[in-house]
Amino acid sequence: MRIPILRLGNILLTSIQVDLTDEDVMLFQNDVVNEVSRTEAMGLAIDITALEIVDSFMARVINDTANMARLLGAEVVVCGIQPTVAMTLVEMGRGLLGAQSTFNLEQGLIVLRQRIVQRADLWAFDDDERSRDRPFNF
Amino acid sequence: MSEAVTGHSIFSIEITDPSDVVSARSKAREIAAGLGLGSADQTRLATAISEITRNVIQYAGPGGGVCRLFDESDNEWIRIRIEVEDWGIGITDVVAALRDGYSTGGGLGAGLPGARRLMDQFDIQSHPGCTKVEMSMIRRRHHG
Ligand SMILES: Nc1ncnc2c1ncn2[C@@H]1O[C@H](COP(=O)(O)OP(=O)(O)OP(=O)(O)O)[C@@H](O)[C@H]1O
Ligand SMILES: [Mg+2]
Repeated sequence: MRIPILRLGNILLTSIQVDLTDEDVMLFQNDVVNEVSRTEAMGLAIDITALEIVDSFMARVINDTANMARLLGAEVVVCGIQPTVAMTLVEMGRGLLGAQSTFNLEQGLIVLRQRIVQRADLWAFDDDERSRDRPFNF
Repeated sequence: MSEAVTGHSIFSIEITDPSDVVSARSKAREIAAGLGLGSADQTRLATAISEITRNVIQYAGPGGGVCRLFDESDNEWIRIRIEVEDWGIGITDVVAALRDGYSTGGGLGAGLPGARRLMDQFDIQSHPGCTKVEMSMIRRRHHG
């Protein structure tokens, strides 16, 4: 069971539509991280609107995936956490989902675009600075 | 063991493969809905079952285990009891295992304490060769 990853300009969009086994969740993480790296996407939206059950394992993998993508350089949002899932995760213990979330995919894309624009502004601002001594070859 | 109070078994599934965890939790959700639990409780129940059956896959070894659901409802109460039993190495220290953050498998140690918080009754009996987690969700029926 592979989850498709769509590309919308500089944003990657992925939507988990079925309940996944642990192995499939790990495969998903691997696919997403590799795709973010390969495409150098500036944003990643993980839509979990269709998930009715998110247990501690799935929550951790989604969190980890978001952190990995962020580490590579992408902005990340998790979209559409169901109210029953939010209740369950919070009741189970310390916030098991920690990634930034939005109500739905549409809002997620808006947030990502805003953040990407902000980042481009920052880059334009310290462009001179950056070109003087770059630690890496960007 | 007294059979008089166990209610009737409504579902049973062997837990030997990771896909059984998915089947158990989705079936549990469906059954909970059928017995009249609301959607938040359906999710709580299914999530607790997911945690406990995953532990069977992770810790019990190739023998796996079994997950059973019992309907113990009456006119006034909806009562679902879950038994998850396996024949693996057992939990060395049950008290520690129920603490947040305790894991021997490199996990978060969130499974057992989390499942306990989601359910109304929770009990673990474990020794080498047999581990049994029993948990129930109990809700008053809304009449009319
Ligand atoms: N069926 C079992 N057989 C043997 N040991 C178990 C079993 N279930 C749990 N344990 C022990 O109890 C510990 C705590 O379990 P718990 O589910 O709370 O956390 P975890 O599985 O380690 O991590 P997480 O569930 O957060 O991924 C486990 O690390 C394991 O040592
Ligand atoms: Mg566990």
